[in-house]
Amino acid sequence: MDVSANQPNDLTAPAASAGLTRDDLVGLYRVMALGRALDERMWILNRSGRVAFVISGQGHEGAQAGITWALRPGEDWLAPYYRSITAVLRMGMTPREILLGSYARADDPSSGGRQMPNHYGHIGRKILSVSSPVASQVLHAVGIALAAKLRGTGEVVVTSTGEGSSNQGDVHEALNFAAIHHLPFIYVVENNGYAISVPSARELPVDDVASRAVAYGIPGVIVRGTDVLGCYIAAKEAVRRARAGEGPTLIEAKVERLTAHSSDDQQTRYRSEEEIAAHRALDPLPAFRGQLRAAGVLTDAAEAAMTAEIAAEVEDATRFAEAAADPVVEDVARWVFAEDWPGERPPAWGFGTGRD
Amino acid sequence: MAVRTFIEAIRETLAQEMRRDASIILLGEDVGLKGGVFLATDGLQIEFGEERVIDTPLTESMIVGVSIGAAVNGLRPVAEIQFADFIFPAFNQIQSQAARMRYRTNNALGLPMTIRAPYGGGVHGALYHSQSVEAFFTHIPGIKVVVPSTPLDARGLLRSAIRDPDPVLFLEHKKLYRSVRGEVPDTDYVTPLGSAAITRAGTQVTVIAYGLMAHHALEAAARVDEEGISVEVIDLRTLRPLDTETVLNSVRKTGKCLIVHEDNRFGGYGAEIAALVAEEAFDYLDAPVTRIAGPDVPGVPYNHVLEDWFMVNPDKITSGIRRLAAY
Repeated sequence: MDVSANQPNDLTAPAASAGLTRDDLVGLYRVMALGRALDERMWILNRSGRVAFVISGQGHEGAQAGITWALRPGEDWLAPYYRSITAVLRMGMTPREILLGSYARADDPSSGGRQMPNHYGHIGRKILSVSSPVASQVLHAVGIALAAKLRGTGEVVVTSTGEGSSNQGDVHEALNFAAIHHLPFIYVVENNGYAISVPSARELPVDDVASRAVAYGIPGVIVRGTDVLGCYIAAKEAVRRARAGEGPTLIEAKVERLTAHSSDDQQTRYRSEEEIAAHRALDPLPAFRGQLRAAGVLTDAAEAAMTAEIAAEVEDATRFAEAAADPVVEDVARWVFAEDWPGERPPAWGFGTGRD
Repeated sequence: MAVRTFIEAIRETLAQEMRRDASIILLGEDVGLKGGVFLATDGLQIEFGEERVIDTPLTESMIVGVSIGAAVNGLRPVAEIQFADFIFPAFNQIQSQAARMRYRTNNALGLPMTIRAPYGGGVHGALYHSQSVEAFFTHIPGIKVVVPSTPLDARGLLRSAIRDPDPVLFLEHKKLYRSVRGEVPDTDYVTPLGSAAITRAGTQVTVIAYGLMAHHALEAAARVDEEGISVEVIDLRTLRPLDTETVLNSVRKTGKCLIVHEDNRFGGYGAEIAALVAEEAFDYLDAPVTRIAGPDVPGVPYNHVLEDWFMVNPDKITSGIRRLAAY
């Protein structure tokens, strides 16, 4: 079911009927714009040699903002992936916290500088730690949802992956189990058409990942990332189902990847300049901005103030993370386990590094 | 004090822990009404209900991955992998996920979860129901690996594993399930993880073993005792974290070290013990550090003649001790 096929010209009325206020709409746009501005800053920091790696969410902002807007930050769970910058901002991570991760500083809440940048995590805000083996978190999200059901917490759990990762066996095992037990779980596929360099026609024998939902007896909904309101409405229904004990939902968001896979990828090796330019026309940010301006929700004054605030926030986060301390080698062997174990200490001859 | 078989000790401990702590759930294949293929969870679904004793689909990665998530969100899962041979579809979830969560979150998140897996040969299980898998997992920092050999330790170590704040792989030798009985106190004792036991004191040769081999080592030690060879036997009980002090103190005393495991030899767990002894007790050694281990074939063959050829037994250990004693 492609719920974004007929997008409204004026979104005010459908937004209101979905329960969104004008503040919600501005808030949605703001988190998208913040995600974009922070993402662009990370690339500048990378290209200027300040941070070693970026993996980007540009082009995914509309889907992430719309879907997570249906969640309660701090109460519901998100098991994100490496493109989830806008989603984690919505769920409560701050630009400072994200850039602490880019700089791999000691106070990086995701990992204390142990993981690559953009491997988000913040347990206090119920954002699960990202790892690099793709889709491994889908099972964790289902386990969190199982605990939510058994403990009666009322929490909903959302996880997201790309469409390439959706082929992993863990996704099948996760959806199968979640559907059997009617768990409060939402699987979001952010389909940007590429698994690094491989186009989706070489990854999927079907056009839509959502069509696989039928195999689990659950709804499979397609939304477009430029249709932020549609993303919200789909997620709101999925959350309703989850809280009502009706089980999981698969939401496939068709998005565009506006950057290379990562800062180490040269996408012109496998994508033409024409295609990249065509995809830029499907950027969710100007699309949603246009809708908000047409509806009179986003005025010149409000937009100017928001742009200045975001610029200041990104600048503040950069200065803060740049000045923050690196982790120290004295702590690098800690937290293998909750306690240190005598048998895990380096022997008299050391670990072989000659410095123990 | 009651006498229990190995598997009775495990089953009762699971029940006791679930009565004590409502956050404990069990999940695995056939663990529900059937009570597990070895009956380790017999009766538990009737007592604790389908929500806490969950029959899963045949999806080992899911069993471990969902356990990780459940541990993230306030439960204390005890997962059963039906046979250790089937654990490999879950390897990514154990190695890249469970074992790394605390480290990769810089201690923001630990995973209190236990994975039980029956392992080992000598039961006519052939290549895919006989394997010893410990070496794959002891290589990984971040997961504890426990191998009890007696009903007493099975109970005490399982309690420690379940109560531990980190992931524990709990390996149960299938041949011990009904062949070994022992006295088990009715108290709430625990056997600490990371602590080996000296199960026989001796002066001339140290034999280091675990699981079924801890029994075979004791039998071999008793046989050579009649020949005047005094053997000290160490049952490691926990393979990781390793109780290095007990191992080193014994070898420094005897000067001779034989390591016994059923898993195949090359790159096996014994190699790590041999390296430890070579690095830390070299000046005390009177003989080469030696190993008796399973042969390097890809699995335990089914035919009983071939299986007997594969299995380490008291005879093989006895001859290893004699050679070492005579060195």
